[in-house]
Amino acid sequence: MDDLLTILIRGLAQGSVYALLAAGFVVIYRATDVVNFAQPALMVLGAYFTALFARTYDLPFPLAVLAAIVVVAMVGAVTERIALRPMVGEPPFSAAMVTIGLFLVLTIIANRLIGSNVLTVGDPWALDTAVFAGNVRMRVADGWRIALTAVAFAGVGLFLVRSRVGLAMRATSLDQEVALAQGVNVGRMFGLSWALAGGLAGLAGMMVGSGGMGVDNTTAFIALKALPVIILGGLDSLKGAYIGGLVIGVAEAFTRANSATLSGYVGANVDVVVPYVIMILVLMVRPYGLFGTPEVQRV
Amino acid sequence: MTGNRGSFSLTGRRAVTLRGRPELYTDYASDQALLNTPAKRTFTLVLVAALLVTPFLMERDLTTLLTTVFIYAIGAIGLNLVSGYAGQVSLGHAFFVGLGAYTAAFLGSEATSSLRGLGLEMWIWLPLAGLVPAVIGFLVAPIAARVRGLYLAILTLGLVFIGDHIFKEARTFTGGPGVGRRAAAPIVGGLDLSRRQEILGVTVEGANLFYLFCFALLVVMAIAARNLARSKSGRAFAAVRDRDIAAEVMGVPLTRTKVLAFTVSSFYAGICGGLLAITYGVIEPAAFNLLMSVDFLAMVLIGGVATISGSIAGAAFVVLLPRLVQTYATYIPGVSRGSTGGGILTVFQVQGLLFGVLIVAFIILEPRGMYGLWLRVRNYWKAWPFSY
Repeated sequence: MDDLLTILIRGLAQGSVYALLAAGFVVIYRATDVVNFAQPALMVLGAYFTALFARTYDLPFPLAVLAAIVVVAMVGAVTERIALRPMVGEPPFSAAMVTIGLFLVLTIIANRLIGSNVLTVGDPWALDTAVFAGNVRMRVADGWRIALTAVAFAGVGLFLVRSRVGLAMRATSLDQEVALAQGVNVGRMFGLSWALAGGLAGLAGMMVGSGGMGVDNTTAFIALKALPVIILGGLDSLKGAYIGGLVIGVAEAFTRANSATLSGYVGANVDVVVPYVIMILVLMVRPYGLFGTPEVQRV
Repeated sequence: MTGNRGSFSLTGRRAVTLRGRPELYTDYASDQALLNTPAKRTFTLVLVAALLVTPFLMERDLTTLLTTVFIYAIGAIGLNLVSGYAGQVSLGHAFFVGLGAYTAAFLGSEATSSLRGLGLEMWIWLPLAGLVPAVIGFLVAPIAARVRGLYLAILTLGLVFIGDHIFKEARTFTGGPGVGRRAAAPIVGGLDLSRRQEILGVTVEGANLFYLFCFALLVVMAIAARNLARSKSGRAFAAVRDRDIAAEVMGVPLTRTKVLAFTVSSFYAGICGGLLAITYGVIEPAAFNLLMSVDFLAMVLIGGVATISGSIAGAAFVVLLPRLVQTYATYIPGVSRGSTGGGILTVFQVQGLLFGVLIVAFIILEPRGMYGLWLRVRNYWKAWPFSY
């Protein structure tokens, strides 16, 4: 039972990181109808800048994280302005392909910045230590992951529902032309959603690079697990991103914990495939994910 | 039909053209012809003749490079059929290519102590390398047909990861990660296409033989794809791509069309994989990853969506670009050769950057790809000396 709880917490923490990345996908998809495949590269940049500010410039850690989030948000907004703004009105897949090109470019830039070593953001909040409650073992870093993600989701949710700008963003996602007619600066909303997604990716990057984990030039590919998460939860649902992320994280943690037993049947390292298997199984039952909006077809 | 000096033909067997007006058609058959203008006929003939002679004038490694272009082009045509013509965007092409490669390796190479193999000849293993992925594509397609657009793209992305896992774990077939297995031997009727041979008293290099074989196969498969695209099924593809609900209302069977597109596409991918393994020599599970899928998508997009010649041009572009960068990178300041070094960027980073930037630039500036560039050139000369 205690083992089970330990694994569950581990999974929830991992899932929180996926959920944060997935939230970035959802925010951009809702505003612009584009799936941003470059999101993992933004995450790696987030880890890099956190490390840069915290270790090289010796800023206090929370400040370093904030600075990194701001920088990555700006990278996101600039990328949108240069590469995605001309794609307004083009088929969604062309835009998605542009983001794949951006993924290649940004990953190479990030890898060039990081170099060939594994980069860690440091150990500011005693992240590497573990605490025990009875026999349940939890790492401090995992606690931070779960808590910060919950706070970030609450913040983004409140921002979208309560603020004027959030209202304008939701209007844009519903219908660009109508939003334009109501005086919403649609272009600025696009930039804003990319900045928001960039900020979320930056935060996720800090989490990935801390607490006994590091960032190297393969991390961006691992972050692609946010893709099954958004399909599972539904492309346009923030709630789906959160729940989907946790589900995938927990499923992965339990598979990894039992990989010794499983490897006799399905081979080693099954936990890498589990998110995709879950995704395909869910899509067979609910083609638009658990919380996604089904497309209404009219002829 | 006043003013038409030719006879009006109902059967459409005889194409009638006016002198000086080569593009005036008076029947459907000549309008639908593959090479419908004299210019196309001439240029195609010249191109084919040039490509037949080239290997005998080139360095061996350049011959191999061009062979790789032909093989990738087969795969790119496959992806263009499902994604370009039928509009079902697939990120899972690498999975089917890998499936073809391993089917070929299993059937075509001898069994060893750790690997299974049947040691069959190429005329058996090559078609099967296409058929096995086609069957898997046929089985996967009904699931894929349930979802559309970006959901489909990500669903097929899952195929790559699941395939990667299977390739790594099925060690008796694939050799496992980091080890891999040797590709099948390209032997047809006792003739080994990878060795120097004496044919009709002429000594031919193995690389050249394989080049000619792949070229011939590409021509056959390209024409087959072109014919499929202009057939009833091909028009159904286009209808589904443009507006699937409207297509269904008009009586196009939606699921059957999507399944057909996936099946044919997987067949092309499998053939591509079987042949690709030979140029690689040793095939490793890690080769068939997401990046390969992105490469194929880039071929389709840079070459030209829903064009066969575009797929071939795109394949040439994607395969030749790294080589060009490698050759000319030394002239760019700040670029170091090799994987480590003192420059600002390594050659590999320049390759990756250029590739990413070109994908973005092509989609933004010329969505029709290289085929679109060619159309601009052609239209310029068609209207010359008038600009419109």
